[in-house]
Amino acid sequence: MKLVIGIVRPEKANDVLEALYRAEIRGVSISRVQGHGGELDRVETYRGTTVKMGLAEKVRFEVAVSDSFVEATIGALCDGGRTGEVGDGKIFVVPLEQAVRIRTGETDVGAVTPVGS
Amino acid sequence: MIAAVGANLPLPGQIDTGDTAWMLAATALVLLMTPALGLFYAGLVRAKNTLNTFMMCVGALGVVTVMWAVIGYSLAFDGGDGFVGGLHDAFLHGVTLAPHPGLRIPDLLFMAFEATFCIVTSALVSGAVVERMRFGPFLVFIGIWSVAVYAVLAHWVFGGGWLEAHGTLDFAGGVPVEMASGFSAFAAAIVVGARKDYGRQALLPHNAVYVLLGAGLLWFGWFGFNGGSGYSAGSSGVLAFTNTLLAPACALVAWFVLDLFRDRRVTAIGGATAIIVGCVAITPAAGYISPTWAMLLGALAVVPSYAIIVWRPRTRLDETLDVLAAHGVAGLTGILFVGFFAQLAWNGRANGLLYGHAGQLAWQAVAVLAGPAYAFAATFVILRVIGMFTPLRVTEREEAIGMDVIQHGEEAYTTGEGAILVGPEGGFEEPGRRFGERFFGPVSKSSRLLRHK
Repeated sequence: MKLVIGIVRPEKANDVLEALYRAEIRGVSISRVQGHGGELDRVETYRGTTVKMGLAEKVRFEVAVSDSFVEATIGALCDGGRTGEVGDGKIFVVPLEQAVRIRTGETDVGAVTPVGS
Repeated sequence: MIAAVGANLPLPGQIDTGDTAWMLAATALVLLMTPALGLFYAGLVRAKNTLNTFMMCVGALGVVTVMWAVIGYSLAFDGGDGFVGGLHDAFLHGVTLAPHPGLRIPDLLFMAFEATFCIVTSALVSGAVVERMRFGPFLVFIGIWSVAVYAVLAHWVFGGGWLEAHGTLDFAGGVPVEMASGFSAFAAAIVVGARKDYGRQALLPHNAVYVLLGAGLLWFGWFGFNGGSGYSAGSSGVLAFTNTLLAPACALVAWFVLDLFRDRRVTAIGGATAIIVGCVAITPAAGYISPTWAMLLGALAVVPSYAIIVWRPRTRLDETLDVLAAHGVAGLTGILFVGFFAQLAWNGRANGLLYGHAGQLAWQAVAVLAGPAYAFAATFVILRVIGMFTPLRVTEREEAIGMDVIQHGEEAYTTGEGAILVGPEGGFEEPGRRFGERFFGPVSKSSRLLRHK
């Protein structure tokens, strides 16, 4: 069981969702985050005040999957999120100690397997 | 009693302070419609395109006003032939404080009032091209459009052109404002092309509250738009003002009913759209039909507009904010309605078919063919020619990032978190500048949009 964390461009979030859907990965959480990974800064000007936007808007995907789904999840995040420019984001895979489905009390692989599959 | 009041009125050729006071206020009301439209449109696009969409309307406030003063007003209202006016009023050369011919308000005020119509009409066309058209080419486009399309069509129906000469009735701009913007939007959407994700992803309005407030402010401004188009505080202005209250209210109720039938729920953005459709439909008819017929018009007009708004997104035509449905088609409905229901007893000008004058309907029908045809063709050519010199739209990559950052270097909803001060370039906040440079190094002035860290 792994937790796959993917941080992608906001404008690619829809493509990633679509890729995850096609890979039959149905359980996903997303959140808007700000971050920096060495990409180009945006320079903006507000009434004579010029600022460099050091933190870029990103969307963070969190997908808890059984081991057999890890590669498919990584593949979907890469395919959906890639533009080829610096700033496409990162994927982190971390071991997952325990998972519980609140409704039923199921644990671990049972808890991360979507209902009905 | 009526005769006594009439005897006190200044004759045409003299300034009337009451008329002038109302027209000053009406001009300001119509000007408000342009930022109101900006708010309405900004709410309908995605958050990353908010400022660009609003700025297209603000751009019209600048560029179109200048073009109107330089040449547009003259081509619309300076005599000329049946097709277009002359050049005697170019640069406002012949526009003075003397009464406008046939009216009791100063010529200069007449020019300003008509200017606000040209501004909001040009801004309306932006609804077809938001979220992808570059800002510079858009400004060039509306500058040319305001002269080549708006001024010409305003001449046809307001400035002594061929439609007015044949008796076409258009109270406040069904031809040059509503049908012109709607059918120009149709052409602009074809030339500029669909947004890259159109039809693939849901492209949703990001703030329905802006849309509702924008629609409310537009309705408020429309009291000046229609109520001022009698050019006096007299009976036609009062009739038009009241009809502008009644018709949109009926449009709202009718839209609610259609929404209920379609989805069993009344929608907010539908309600905002209904207000616009009602205001548009009554525009050409406001001073010509009775309040009762105005109510019928408001309710009837939503049917074709609603149908097109439901149908259009199923096509490849990304006429993004439905200017054709809300303005073009509703304006067309209003113009034709005048041909049936115009009533001499209310307007002192002419009867429609229902009151025994079939010829009126014929000339209304000519207007709904000629006006849209000219607007569509001219817009198509103008945009194609501009497109030969410079790209009309941003790249797909820039479209994905958003027009606000790419075109303006600003965001509507920035938090400021993670923003590092590198200016002001003028140096009047020197400590801040040194802070930025000490910690993050100097930033060259040469690269403007994106700089590598």
